[in-house]
Amino acid sequence: MRRTCLDSVYRLAKEDPRIVFIGSDLGSGTLDAFKREMPERFFMEGISEAHVVGMAAGMALEGRIVYLNTIATFLTRRCYEQVVLDLCLHRARVRLIGSGGGLVYAPLGPTHEAIEDVAILRPLPGMRILAPADAEEMARIMPHTVEPEGPIYIRLGKGGDPVVTDPAQPFRWGMPALLRPGRGILLITTGTAAGLVLEAAARLAAAGHDPAVLHLPCLKPIHLEALRAHLAPMGTVVTVEEHVVTGGLGSLVAEVLAETPFPVPKRFRRVGLGDAFPEGYGSQASLMGMCGVSAEAVVSTVLGLLA
Amino acid sequence: MYPESAHTSGALDARSRELRLKAVTAFAAARRGHLPSAFSLVEILRVLYDRVMRFDPVRPQWEERDRLIFSKGHGCLALYAILADKGFFPESELLGFCQPEGRLGGHPEFGKVPGVEASTGSLGHGLSMGVGRALALRGQGPRVFVLDSDGECDEGSLWEAALGAAKHRLDHLTVLVDCNHMQSYGSTAEVLPLDPLADKWRAFGIAAEEVDGHDPDRLEAALARVPFQPGRPSVLICHTVKGKGVPFMENNPSWHHKNRATDAEIAAVRAALGEVR
Repeated sequence: MRRTCLDSVYRLAKEDPRIVFIGSDLGSGTLDAFKREMPERFFMEGISEAHVVGMAAGMALEGRIVYLNTIATFLTRRCYEQVVLDLCLHRARVRLIGSGGGLVYAPLGPTHEAIEDVAILRPLPGMRILAPADAEEMARIMPHTVEPEGPIYIRLGKGGDPVVTDPAQPFRWGMPALLRPGRGILLITTGTAAGLVLEAAARLAAAGHDPAVLHLPCLKPIHLEALRAHLAPMGTVVTVEEHVVTGGLGSLVAEVLAETPFPVPKRFRRVGLGDAFPEGYGSQASLMGMCGVSAEAVVSTVLGLLA
Repeated sequence: MYPESAHTSGALDARSRELRLKAVTAFAAARRGHLPSAFSLVEILRVLYDRVMRFDPVRPQWEERDRLIFSKGHGCLALYAILADKGFFPESELLGFCQPEGRLGGHPEFGKVPGVEASTGSLGHGLSMGVGRALALRGQGPRVFVLDSDGECDEGSLWEAALGAAKHRLDHLTVLVDCNHMQSYGSTAEVLPLDPLADKWRAFGIAAEEVDGHDPDRLEAALARVPFQPGRPSVLICHTVKGKGVPFMENNPSWHHKNRATDAEIAAVRAALGEVR
């Protein structure tokens, strides 16, 4: 997914001289072709995220469209005030590409686990938030990231995630994507967690249920009417996210549920990380399981609500 | 270290008093503001706008203008005074300072106030934005000036930006440090020592000079020499006095961010600046 994202930046830059790329201190060889062919628009600026975000804002104020990539934790936690003030307040066209959204960097521990990135960015005025489910969706979304005014956060999952999205569903800002139609039960997810949610849906289907799966590639802005239309007929709603349950997808859906007078009453639960730093290392999948984000957890949460 | 005696003595001329009184007009409307922080940098702004920078108040976004990032946002009473003086907006707007319907806030906002190039107020942001603007403008003519305070040099992000400015050899970028040797709590020497400040900048690859920040002719002469070294960004450390021009305000922390200023206090400030009523 990261490769697809950065390849898209390269292709977009070839066609649009306004586009520049900034990295902090990325892996050797990152975007070599970009650097070779467009050296005046390629910047590797060091382990100085606060400065790099401010510098990106300055370039944007002079008409550039800046794609800025580093590890998601450092791009959100370390330079939060620069993101708030230099990017959002100035409506700067800067695209923050956060590598390792969620527990991708499980072996590296809490310093590298971006588990609250959506929660801290979602309240910021003018911030757009994207969390594609797979590389093909990423490729479809990237051309939409060039023109919008203001900053965009692009949450990257791990590479090699299974393709679960439908190329026939074009991306539109704020619109949810229905990955599986169903009745009575709605599983809502975002990012690469879509894979485990589809697996949970298959298990529930095998047990005689018919859950729908809704994926939100765009967590901000949200097309509220579209989301409400999916929620309206469902009696059981479960959100699933590779993120803390406070402030992210689960909170977003809870807000909509709380403020919308649906005729059909809802049973609702959030599946995600709790109020604790993840313990342990291992693989992304194993740590997610330890943190309660797994197909098993989704199935048992749904069955618990139905009981 | 810069000799203390060189920068504290001179009396203010009519232009310097006029601009300070315009800042007082805004301050008096709200009875609040960082007036001493503004008074230390009036001559810096005066020289930039009267003698150095290219701009057009009728076209504040004119592409060929020189850019000033006013990173020391809390000094904005002086910025508003000079922008009004130059015609970026009517002087009557000074009366809207910090008012519900005014657009001149306690810190300046980009997109609201013509001539303001960045929203500032949180310190340590401006130089990075200046580096970004300078990179985008390289080879095109416009110069970029960034006005920082000395207290702002406490911020680590400023030094990150200095590294970046030196790396890119941005010799059309000039930093002006309003070095009034004071910060909110007290002296910078007491809160967080910065000396030798010029040497710190030099060690980061920036060509540094020091000047009396209240002497318009010396300021102009120094700015006429930038870049101080070809291929390097410049920093001009302007030694100033916080509250310059009003003796009871000078170096007086209780005036740093005055609130609920009384009629008598405002009148005393005006009198000290020689206003004839």
